[in-house]
Amino acid sequence: MLKVENLTIRFDTRYGPLTAVDDVTFEVRPGEVFGLVGESGAGKSLTGQSIIGLLDPPGYIAGGQITLEGTRIDNLAYNHLRALRGRKIGMIFQDPLTSLNPLYTIGKQLTETILTHSSMTNAEAQKQAIALLTDVGIPGAGERINCYPHQFSGGMRQRVVIALALCVNPQLVIADEPTTALDVSIQAQILSLLKRMCREHGAAVILITHDMGVIAQVAQRVAVMYSGRLVEIGDVRQVVKHPQHPYARGLMGSIPSLHHQVDQLTQIDGTMPRLTDIPSGCAFHPRCPDCFDLCKDKRPPLKKIADSHIACWLYANEAHHAG
Amino acid sequence: MLAFIIRRLAQSLFVMFFVAMVAFLMFNYVGDPVHQMVGIDTSFEEREALREHLGLNDPALVQFMRFIGHAMQGEFGLSYQHKRPVADLFRERLPATLELSFVAALLALVVGVPMGVYTGLNRNGFISKLFMTFSLIGISLPTFLIGILLIFIFAVILGWLPSFGRGEVVTVGVWTTGLLTQSGLKALIMPSVTLGLFQLTLIMRLVRSEMLEVLRTDYIKFARARGLSNRAVNFGHALKNTLVPVITITGLQIGSIIAFAIITETVFQWPGMGLMFLQAIHNVDIPIMSAYLLLVAFFFVVINLIVDMLYYVVDPRLRIDLGKANGH
Repeated sequence: MLKVENLTIRFDTRYGPLTAVDDVTFEVRPGEVFGLVGESGAGKSLTGQSIIGLLDPPGYIAGGQITLEGTRIDNLAYNHLRALRGRKIGMIFQDPLTSLNPLYTIGKQLTETILTHSSMTNAEAQKQAIALLTDVGIPGAGERINCYPHQFSGGMRQRVVIALALCVNPQLVIADEPTTALDVSIQAQILSLLKRMCREHGAAVILITHDMGVIAQVAQRVAVMYSGRLVEIGDVRQVVKHPQHPYARGLMGSIPSLHHQVDQLTQIDGTMPRLTDIPSGCAFHPRCPDCFDLCKDKRPPLKKIADSHIACWLYANEAHHAG
Repeated sequence: MLAFIIRRLAQSLFVMFFVAMVAFLMFNYVGDPVHQMVGIDTSFEEREALREHLGLNDPALVQFMRFIGHAMQGEFGLSYQHKRPVADLFRERLPATLELSFVAALLALVVGVPMGVYTGLNRNGFISKLFMTFSLIGISLPTFLIGILLIFIFAVILGWLPSFGRGEVVTVGVWTTGLLTQSGLKALIMPSVTLGLFQLTLIMRLVRSEMLEVLRTDYIKFARARGLSNRAVNFGHALKNTLVPVITITGLQIGSIIAFAIITETVFQWPGMGLMFLQAIHNVDIPIMSAYLLLVAFFFVVINLIVDMLYYVVDPRLRIDLGKANGH
């Protein structure tokens, strides 16, 4: 349904162009939850913003294309892009406390969005807004609709945000760290709500997060990003249980498990490189425990190995030997 | 809300009381009022009789209470210089000043807010840069210089507009207005531009910086991500969020416009309170000075009260008590 092909995002700075997202390719299938994980600065949020055309300048799409149901959407004129936002692609931001306009009631923000994209009457929109709020689990939605955002708790506000993102039934919802700002006890509720709402509305989800636990809980497929590049994409069970790329292995090893007693969690030495000095070859090579000469010289391509795609010379050679 | 208004009213009364005290002190202790009133050949006995007649030998507290009592009835005594009740003088001149201030403030808002929004939205456009450069002139040139420059260009060289006075005025009840005659309107143009220019540029720069701030927030991004039109996002969501600081500054500035109309009125010989006040200073006409002090304080207090109430209208977060009261 959504295809991102060779997406490259650059920032022009005084020191020359910085490539923040480099040659990223993936596909989201209808109705699925697609996870996008990586450390802060890996380019996952930028990828999400570029899909909905909200990349903040000076960032821009320097290459590649994004298509939704066969139509290119990365070079749309403003009016077409606007019609697409909300209607076909919804977005949920990280912080529910700042995502809602403090000066308008949540009802006004909901009906405004519904009316923008449909020819309903005010009363119909109001009714739909109440139905939506009830759906996302706001008790007494009929009265609460006239409340202002500050009268809701963080978790409740994120429920309202989900209702807002889904109010015109988009096919795709980009959820950028939707639970990061919330209490751990609320996180699971919001995640399952997001999953249920998207299933009921038939929307696919791109779930952007740095939390592998969240991905394991709700996603069907997952892409791991490092330094603006994809290092591994695959079925979530495969990637979580048997990660192949050394970076993905490191990430998984760093999650404490309830089922197995682990004496020491794995730690990936070093930090992610800054955009100004991304290493040659494979961007991960200075931190990689399995690095060899080829890694330093040449960037590994994304190769299909079993059911996953992995960008690592370790496996490219293996595949080569096997084939 | 009611409790809030009552509380603010009490504070306002306190402020007014304090200002009245200053005005009273000025009235009684800056020089000797009797000395101001009598001629050089008045005998000592006559002076003492006058002092007794005016109640100047009473205890200060009694005099102060009497002063407040009179002030509340709009009585500020006789002007030394005009030999007429101060209240009458103000009644004649208040409309001129208020009209000028009102037009200047309106100009500042009606032109300043759109310019601020425009420069906030198109921060790198050519016109925005032009506006910003122009606003530097408004901020940095002193009022009297702008007035004199305007007179020089439009009255002396081009001869389009009158250089002084209020033009023809029409009396409507107790109010004299220049807004209904052509010459009155013509005479109003230059003074109001002069008076309003600083506030205009101030409001423009304030709206611009607030817009830039608000446009970066998550809720604006989220509004865009929901596909709302630019118009709805920029004017409905962004502009409204810039209003609280803009209302604050504008309110304070309207106070200053009234108070500092003095300079503009002098430059254009505008027959308002400011001009009268300046003449009163020349002639040590203390009743006028203390009345002016009280009146300006009164305007500031009233405007601040209105501003505080506007906050409630604009920002629901301040209405939190009210919301809770209604919620149950």
